[in-house]
Amino acid sequence: MSGTALRLPWWAEYALLPLLNLALALLAAGVVVLVTGENPVQAVAVMVRGAFGTGEGIGYTLYYATDMIFTGLAVAVAFHCGLFNIGAEGQAYIAGIGVTLVCLYLDFLPFWLVAPLALLGAAAFGAAYAAIPAWLQARRGSHIVITTIMMNFIAYALMEWLLVNVLIKPGQMSPETRAFKPNAILPSMETVLGGLGIEVAGTPLNLSFLVALACLVLVWVLIWHTRWGYGVRVVGASPRAAVYAGIAPGQRIVQSMLLSGALAGGVALNEVMGAQHRLLVNFPAGYGFTGIAVALMGRNHPFGVLLAAVLFGALYQGGAELSFDMPAISSYLVVALQGLVILFTGGLGLMLQAPLVRLLGRR
Amino acid sequence: MPHGDVPPAHSPDGLAPAVEMRGIDKRFGTVLANRSVDLSVMRGHIHGLIGENGAGKSTLMSILYGFYAADAGDILIDGRVVAITDSRAAIHHGIEMVHQHFMLVDTMTVLENVILGAEGGALLTRHLPAARQRLRRFSRDYGLDVEPDVLVGDLPVGAQQRVEILKSLYRGAEILILDEPTGVLTPQEASDLFRVLAALRAQGKTVILVTHKLKEIMAITDRVSVMRGGRMVGHRDTAATSREELGELMIGRKLASRLDKAPARVGDVAMDVSDLHVRDAMGVERVKGVSFALHRGEIVGIAGVSGNGQNELMEALAGMRRFEAGTVRLGDTVLTAERPAGPDLLRRLGMAHVPEDRLRTGMVPSFAARESAILGYHEDPRYGRGPLLDWGRIDRHTRALMERYEVKPPLPRLRGSLFSGGNQQKLIMARELERDPAVLLVGQPTRGVDIGGIDFIHRRLLDMRDRGKAVLLVSVELDEILRLSDRILVMFDGRLVGELLPRDADEGQLGLLMAGAA
Repeated sequence: MSGTALRLPWWAEYALLPLLNLALALLAAGVVVLVTGENPVQAVAVMVRGAFGTGEGIGYTLYYATDMIFTGLAVAVAFHCGLFNIGAEGQAYIAGIGVTLVCLYLDFLPFWLVAPLALLGAAAFGAAYAAIPAWLQARRGSHIVITTIMMNFIAYALMEWLLVNVLIKPGQMSPETRAFKPNAILPSMETVLGGLGIEVAGTPLNLSFLVALACLVLVWVLIWHTRWGYGVRVVGASPRAAVYAGIAPGQRIVQSMLLSGALAGGVALNEVMGAQHRLLVNFPAGYGFTGIAVALMGRNHPFGVLLAAVLFGALYQGGAELSFDMPAISSYLVVALQGLVILFTGGLGLMLQAPLVRLLGRR
Repeated sequence: MPHGDVPPAHSPDGLAPAVEMRGIDKRFGTVLANRSVDLSVMRGHIHGLIGENGAGKSTLMSILYGFYAADAGDILIDGRVVAITDSRAAIHHGIEMVHQHFMLVDTMTVLENVILGAEGGALLTRHLPAARQRLRRFSRDYGLDVEPDVLVGDLPVGAQQRVEILKSLYRGAEILILDEPTGVLTPQEASDLFRVLAALRAQGKTVILVTHKLKEIMAITDRVSVMRGGRMVGHRDTAATSREELGELMIGRKLASRLDKAPARVGDVAMDVSDLHVRDAMGVERVKGVSFALHRGEIVGIAGVSGNGQNELMEALAGMRRFEAGTVRLGDTVLTAERPAGPDLLRRLGMAHVPEDRLRTGMVPSFAARESAILGYHEDPRYGRGPLLDWGRIDRHTRALMERYEVKPPLPRLRGSLFSGGNQQKLIMARELERDPAVLLVGQPTRGVDIGGIDFIHRRLLDMRDRGKAVLLVSVELDEILRLSDRILVMFDGRLVGELLPRDADEGQLGLLMAGAA
């Protein structure tokens, strides 16, 4: 009987609306490019070609997307429990310790043991770091947005101290560990596919991309097809209804944050073990925050997260090409363009919903 | 389709009606919410607008208040056609709406709320004293008794509603629309409201009362219009009609006037509550030593003005809230403060609970119906293998429930918030009753439910009783308590202050007990 009863058909909600938002963002970005004196159409062409035009471009796009699938899923899982996890960045960073300890000190083991142990290490350290704000939220009612933001700063400080004083390779200036041995790194897609007789360009894209895809499926099953995930969604939608149903909200809050932190740990797997083969200062490079935009744009659904992650991967890669090809467009401007996309797809993501409902709404 | 009598364009004495709506059409997607609806309201009348949930009365009022634009039709105020494009235009024409859910700022005082949107300039200091005086005058003229400097959040619901009405009058309302105003009120507060409405009428204001309660229509209105299925099906002078006639117009068939109620066959004790003490979230003791026994085959009704501990009692019995002291015996299981049981264990012990707050507790409005249909039972092995849920099976199960309990539309994948209140409640009842519980706790089972739905729900509850189940009913609707209960317990200030049999109880005596005055 009321206006809120009107709904968009699913294709408009999940495909048309994000695409329109993206178009708006590109339009605004076009104006910015125009101001710098470059041709916006040409700039878009450079970005698209840079991201998807070559095997190398695609490799880099998917490599960036890997990080954003992990952090996007981390934010999405917490969101289904009604929690806004701003701490994926810090959780990913701390997860780097787990990966590094395995790759540095257990590298006498064969690869097929090191790899799963490193995966477990990443997940365990990410989860453990998320457990602190989760427990504070569940037991003490400390708001998780505040605590996860602050935990990020603690993570930065802790990691810098560890890298400068403890884990640093002796006798060098830059704060990083020694390089991992060949049996303690994740092989790149070039190596893996090359072994199967398929030749692709050499990029940092590595096996953790497949782990990310597996996580997409895992989260989809967990959240929508298990009794546990059902409970998580009830807690997220209505804590009182959860109490009524005999679901303890505190338990689900802690459990879903553990899962969220473990997923964020995937960034460490991709960056530390897959791409850099050593632990570096600030390796998460803001992916934890981009994950928030990815989750928002992907409507917290794994399939949406995949699409949004690839889009943002393309923006990173295409943007890098753009600042290379068009000197007037500096790398800072590229960041601004990415920011515009986040603004229109994330922050203003529902701006066009009301007009669309008026056009296409049905009960 | 009979169209009822066409309202006169002019009243007998030649004055134009205060509000006239002609041939209003409104379509949402494929649904016609209003089809050529006519309505004519005289100045200085209290005009009732009744219909079941979904009959189109809220849509019609939303058009009058400028929330929606009509697809066709005219609105006339004092005989002149006006364009009401938004609520600002409505306010300009003296139309104000008091919503079911109040639009007040809890952290501001009454006075600040009243002048909200009509501050009369950037600096409040000049304006406030004058506003205070006007407020006092309104309070006096209309019997709207509210202290101007109290925070709205500290006021009881009935007083908050008076603030809403004051706010409307302050902005110069001539025509007041009240949408289900008594839904949240105690009987005492409701009769206070009716006194205020009568005072407004005496001062020449026009009131449109939207409700589905026939009793209120008969008590207070001058004229009444009935809607059904998006159409206006009749207009009557209240003095010349009856509850039976209006009820038939509303639901389009004859109402069974009385429930055929077999005498209770009371069995042994199903639940024994002894000296129960419960505190609320703020640590205030709300249940102060309650003891009673609930037997198989009986419905025990707990009457009381809302806020006297019934809510906390029910939550404690349902395992949603821990109790401080006392024991609850359920079959062979004894629960104490030290050995409590959560809702999941209680369900396994054969208890079911239809909670008072349908939208926040009994279901999840943003979920599909099939997801709410397993709320509390999601660990049931029937719903999937191991840790997985089998949505295909849950879908079929929900569809079967919906058919047995006449939930409309019977679409398991439809979002819960898109069902009417009555259908939401039927879905919750279906979920809780179909497992054949030994003990059933029911809170406000028919709040916001239309007449046809009330009848259905009452029959199901009696059916449970007749099959030897123990039913504990909490309701602020005295009619409901009197109609269903085999025994009535009256709760006041956290204690049971009386026990009556319904044949001995009359509303006056119950009211005195409920007010703690007997």
